[in-house]
Amino acid sequence: MSNVPANLKYTASHEWMLLNADGTVTVGITDHAQEALGDLVFVELPEVGAHFDAEKEIAVVESVKAAADVYAPLAGTVAEVNQAAADAPESVNQDAYAAWLFKLTPDNVADLDTMLDAAAYQAAADAA
Amino acid sequence: MLKKTVLNDAHRALNARMVDFGGWDMPVNYGSQIEEHHAVRNDCGMFDVSHMCPVDVVGADCRPFLSRLVANDVAKLTVSGKALYSAMLNEAGGVIDDLIIYFLTDTRFRIVINAGTADKDLAWMQAKAAEWQMDVTITQRRNGDNALGIIAVQGPNARAKVWSVLPQAKAAIAELKPFFAAEVDQYFIASTGYTGEDGYEIMLPAGEAEAMWNALNNAGVAPCGLGARDTLRLEAGMNLYGQDMDESVSPLDAGLAWTVALKDAREFVGKTALLANGQQKQFLGLILLDKGVLRGHQKVVTAHGEGEITSGSFSPTLQQSIALARLPLGVAIGDQVEVDIRGKLLKAKVTKPVFARNGKAVI
Repeated sequence: MSNVPANLKYTASHEWMLLNADGTVTVGITDHAQEALGDLVFVELPEVGAHFDAEKEIAVVESVKAAADVYAPLAGTVAEVNQAAADAPESVNQDAYAAWLFKLTPDNVADLDTMLDAAAYQAAADAA
Repeated sequence: MLKKTVLNDAHRALNARMVDFGGWDMPVNYGSQIEEHHAVRNDCGMFDVSHMCPVDVVGADCRPFLSRLVANDVAKLTVSGKALYSAMLNEAGGVIDDLIIYFLTDTRFRIVINAGTADKDLAWMQAKAAEWQMDVTITQRRNGDNALGIIAVQGPNARAKVWSVLPQAKAAIAELKPFFAAEVDQYFIASTGYTGEDGYEIMLPAGEAEAMWNALNNAGVAPCGLGARDTLRLEAGMNLYGQDMDESVSPLDAGLAWTVALKDAREFVGKTALLANGQQKQFLGLILLDKGVLRGHQKVVTAHGEGEITSGSFSPTLQQSIALARLPLGVAIGDQVEVDIRGKLLKAKVTKPVFARNGKAVI
């Protein structure tokens, strides 16, 4: 019953992406992911300027219950991180799409076209 | 196929988030684990623990049987209703299970054992009773016609809430000191728990459990999942079987020396091994000084060698990450150590293995 906005792209590992006008891609975890993890208490963000290949561990979100890796949905360089999410991890529970984690400058912005759309992500999350 | 307690439908009706807990379909939370945690520390919450297994031990040889079976000494149980926490050891001195024994009469005791260990525990008990030729009948009460449900009601307001739902039991249970039980009609009500708060654990015929659960809910008792149960017991410094100790761990290395009665001539299973091996490790607490979350199996680096975290999480009461850890002898409370979290060494402080009880931080 989780919220899956139609304007975003998704990965099967529960990250969401939004392409910005400046060419960067904002990344967070989905509502489904925050709900499955429960109350978040710690967010570890990457260093600005660091480069990550697609599907590499780039951040960590930890709930009272468990730690979960966040993966770089596409290859790119970290342009900005959302320190407010690290300072208040519960903000990710409150609105997983407002509390973004980091922005990537993608190596190849066309990679975004290969990501799941809302309907495909919903189907994948329901099947899991 | 996951096993279900008699309260499974009740959890689903409350929109619980259900998880596979050792083969049982159990609620991990009903929305927010942290809110449930605070409800128990500050008001009152309830847990379905019907996956745990009550065992009735009846017969002329109850006392000699239990005296040999477990590491604590049932001779301490002199008043009817008194409860005793103990480990049950194998010959090597490892912990088969930890359990609570309730003394009812000299020919009738009740034991509550863990969910995941129930089958092996029962087989062990039956085998020992036969080997020692004891006149005892050992009967599990988790399944079948005489099955019991168990609801733990915990928190500073737990007693009053239970009285409001079971007024006929109030006279018998109002003055129960900690770690006692009273039987009232079909109810077995004990002042025991796993949260570090006052409260009751209520055993009752399985068919009545849902009505009791709903009555408590209507009385304002917050349904709480196994997630909050874990952070509450961790703050209270209470061991979790399978995490803090198991068959390969001595109770002396799991902070359970206080439950092992070694001072007299009584023989019990595992005693020889405990005396031969002595204590090898210390079981202490950790508070993380850096940002992050301590978790089980993380390595602890100390000036006296390496140790390991056995249970770790975020403490909602302290608003810091805490852990229970098995550390080398020589480490002292107050020492600063380092914990390896994903390859980074973060700073932590060694503490007593108890963090919060009765609504307050004790660190």
